[in-house]
Amino acid sequence: MARAVTGQRKMINTLAAWSVGLLIFFPILWTILTSFKSEAQAIANPPVFFLFDWTLENYSAVQERSNYSKFLWNSIIIAGGSTLLGVLIAVPAAWSMAFVPGKRTKDILLWMLSTKMLPAVGVLYPIYLGFVKAGLLDTRVGLVIVMMLINLPIIVWMLYTYFREIPSEILEAARMDGATLRDEIIHVLTPMAIPGIASTLLLNFILAWNEAFWTLNLTAAKAAPLTAFIASYSSPEGLFFAKLSAASTMAIAPILILGWFSQKQLVRGLTFGAVK
Amino acid sequence: MGQIVLKKVQKKFDDVEVIPPLDLTIEDGEFTVFVGPSGCGKSTLLRLIAGLEDVTAGSIEIDGKEAADLPPAKRGLSMVFQSYALYPHMSVRKNIAFPLKMAKMDSAEIKKRVEAAAEVLNLTSYLDRRPGQLSGGQRQRVAIGRSIVREPSAFLFDEPLSNLDAALRVGMRMEISELHKRLDTTMVYVTHDQVEAMTMADKIVVLQAGVVEQVGSPLDLYHSPKNKFVAGFIGSPKMNLIEGDEAKKHNAQTIGIRPEHIAVADGNGEWSGVVGVSEHLGSDTFFHVHDTGLADMITVRVEGDVGLKYGDKINLSPRQDLIHKFDQQGDRIV
Repeated sequence: MARAVTGQRKMINTLAAWSVGLLIFFPILWTILTSFKSEAQAIANPPVFFLFDWTLENYSAVQERSNYSKFLWNSIIIAGGSTLLGVLIAVPAAWSMAFVPGKRTKDILLWMLSTKMLPAVGVLYPIYLGFVKAGLLDTRVGLVIVMMLINLPIIVWMLYTYFREIPSEILEAARMDGATLRDEIIHVLTPMAIPGIASTLLLNFILAWNEAFWTLNLTAAKAAPLTAFIASYSSPEGLFFAKLSAASTMAIAPILILGWFSQKQLVRGLTFGAVK
Repeated sequence: MGQIVLKKVQKKFDDVEVIPPLDLTIEDGEFTVFVGPSGCGKSTLLRLIAGLEDVTAGSIEIDGKEAADLPPAKRGLSMVFQSYALYPHMSVRKNIAFPLKMAKMDSAEIKKRVEAAAEVLNLTSYLDRRPGQLSGGQRQRVAIGRSIVREPSAFLFDEPLSNLDAALRVGMRMEISELHKRLDTTMVYVTHDQVEAMTMADKIVVLQAGVVEQVGSPLDLYHSPKNKFVAGFIGSPKMNLIEGDEAKKHNAQTIGIRPEHIAVADGNGEWSGVVGVSEHLGSDTFFHVHDTGLADMITVRVEGDVGLKYGDKINLSPRQDLIHKFDQQGDRIV
């Protein structure tokens, strides 16, 4: 029986949903607002919301001081490269786990996830030394590899879940039709899993874009992405909240825009298989 | 061309033996149906022939060539699945063309064959639709189209009609039989529905727990079932199986008599009972008779209608010459 939703109840639900949404969005909103204030207004007590002198001077100051496009480019390469590489490795892995599971498949999946439970700093030392030895410190290649490895468990897990929704009879039909394993993955499995793969790509791009621990620790000047760009405004010369906010806004803008345009795809992908 | 010979084929999943060593020959051009209750191993057997499962031991010869170690695509067979297993992201045309594309056939030839298949299956006006836009029957036809374009040496069908409604099922049954006559190619068909088996098969293979109980033509199986299991499984409504004193009179452990071989007697028949539920089909009536002292229920099939109601007394006389006799092991006594 469908549950009757009265007008009043609907309004309460709407209000509650908006409140939660605004609560989550508030830090971002505050950052964006602050980026348009002067430094004095940024730390004013009590804080001002909208009634301040809107200014773009923080943005010009940030643009003058650092080369935004270089950081942006590094972010794109690192987030994009690690995501693509990750999916290329994860598709066959998830295929085998979803369609020819062994006795230990569940254990392997859990073990992969368990690597995400380890605090990253626990492996900083060996990875840092490894990077020094391999000459990968402050290189984009190095960052792409690390970021890919960090997100790989999530990519495999997500793809595994999507692949499990695909009836194995269809893959068997492809096999009967003469498809090799490669054909099967390229012509049948991948196109059918496109919504899932797209949301995996998107989510991992966002995760890699926002990742700060490894990018800050393994880069200096050459390969530094936008996270390092923000960090460079945080302390040495004291706190410049307005400029820091301007830098943050510039760093999150691309991903915010990407997320906005792909929200439909993202929601569809994340709820894929939830309802049969 | 499409002869399939199984020799000592065995299948185990881990330690569970689902198919004990089994021998079977499917002749070229024959329509063979594997039938049995669910879980009897009929689908597994078909998948072994297809190559979708590996045999644990034994050999499978297709066209005289050993095929047990070949991958599915190299066996020259094609298969139609219960769920149709169409590629949802491809149009009907691309679905049917897929096996040809995999075989790297040139595009002009692919086009010709796809259109020919679509013609045969009445799919011409649907070629540019996606499977999601088709009805169940049309989808099944696309699946059949996809399997015929390759001109395989044999077709495998895994319960292809189970997802269709009753009326469509009868129609598709005819279409598949028609296709068999026209293509004259070996077909192996799995079903749990003995009506499908009886109506379509040249040869029926009755399976139980992975063991072949009997192989024969539909009428062979109907008239001389080799054992109690086949007797009870083939024929609808089921054969009446009677044990006890009545069976002893015939020097058997169990006797069987088909519902159509029992007549309603006017006066004093050999058996008597009380009419339970009756099913009126118009052409026939099935009476379920209780309190006969023979079995819980005796089913009787009468042509047309007889004016008997629930709770009425009924006298029955079985045709003595058509009583089947089975020994203690359930095997037929000749």
